[in-house]
Amino acid sequence: MSFAVVVFPGSNCDRDCFHVVEQVLGQPVQYVWHRDTEIPEGIDCVIVPGGFSYGDYLRSGAVAKMSPIMDAVARFARGGGKVLGICNGFQILLESGLLPGAMLRNTSLKFICKPVYLRCDTRRTAFTSALSEGQVLQIPIAHAEGNYFIDDDGLKRLQDNAQIVFQYANAKGEVTVGANPNGSVHNIAGICNEAGNVVGMMPHPERAAEGVLGSRDGLAIFESVLGQ
Amino acid sequence: MATVRILIRNRKGVFDPEGKVIHGGLKRLGYQEVSAARVGKVIDLVFEDEDETIIAEKVEAMCKAFLVNPVIEDYSYEILSTEG
Repeated sequence: MSFAVVVFPGSNCDRDCFHVVEQVLGQPVQYVWHRDTEIPEGIDCVIVPGGFSYGDYLRSGAVAKMSPIMDAVARFARGGGKVLGICNGFQILLESGLLPGAMLRNTSLKFICKPVYLRCDTRRTAFTSALSEGQVLQIPIAHAEGNYFIDDDGLKRLQDNAQIVFQYANAKGEVTVGANPNGSVHNIAGICNEAGNVVGMMPHPERAAEGVLGSRDGLAIFESVLGQ
Repeated sequence: MATVRILIRNRKGVFDPEGKVIHGGLKRLGYQEVSAARVGKVIDLVFEDEDETIIAEKVEAMCKAFLVNPVIEDYSYEILSTEG
């Protein structure tokens, strides 16, 4: 299984993702530059990492979607390639139209950086097959614009197609108002496309992939891809 | 030269936390008569082109492809000045 990590000006979790894939998963991985026009031959999984691509100017992820590499990522995804967008990477996938919905500022208007609990809602995606439905993970968030928005019709489509992948929950896995850190519709922390090969999530699994970091709960998200 | 001012705001029904905070601040300042505040952004574009019809077409295309996210935002624009 061969991985690529996309690097934009302002990406800051690209090295963390690279480290987890190379050192923890033990899989081959390479960086792909935002000006590149193709995903290299033989890549099975593309990670769009977190950060502040292009300074979050205009809207988070809006300028990154204009990068040549995102046309290549879209072609890769259409061909069934596995794509994981984390935090700003999720915002970029939304802006690119690879996933539905959009991000608003957190209702608190504050940047929030803390561990949260997530409930896994489906194991049908490329990145959740090693989890079980209802499993609770503790993974940190770090964002100012993670307030996921989609209209009622869009939410219904997500529910009908089992595209809600993670919801903010309490430690018992109960999806409550109090467990929602940012105001996201339906406590949504992560979604997938209809096919399940493209997943976007606000929490950072690469920051919870080794015991030394306090949680290894995020590792199963990367390990899921290996089982495909 | 023509300057086009584009106004981008969250769509009605989309939560505008910044507007809500500003509204709260105005009320604390004593302006109870303000019933709501909405925050948006302004983008001024300067065109070499002077044909207002062509400019309008281009601005629409730019908004749809890049400047505005239709999931959460509405936009309007006006051509402020055309000078030779």
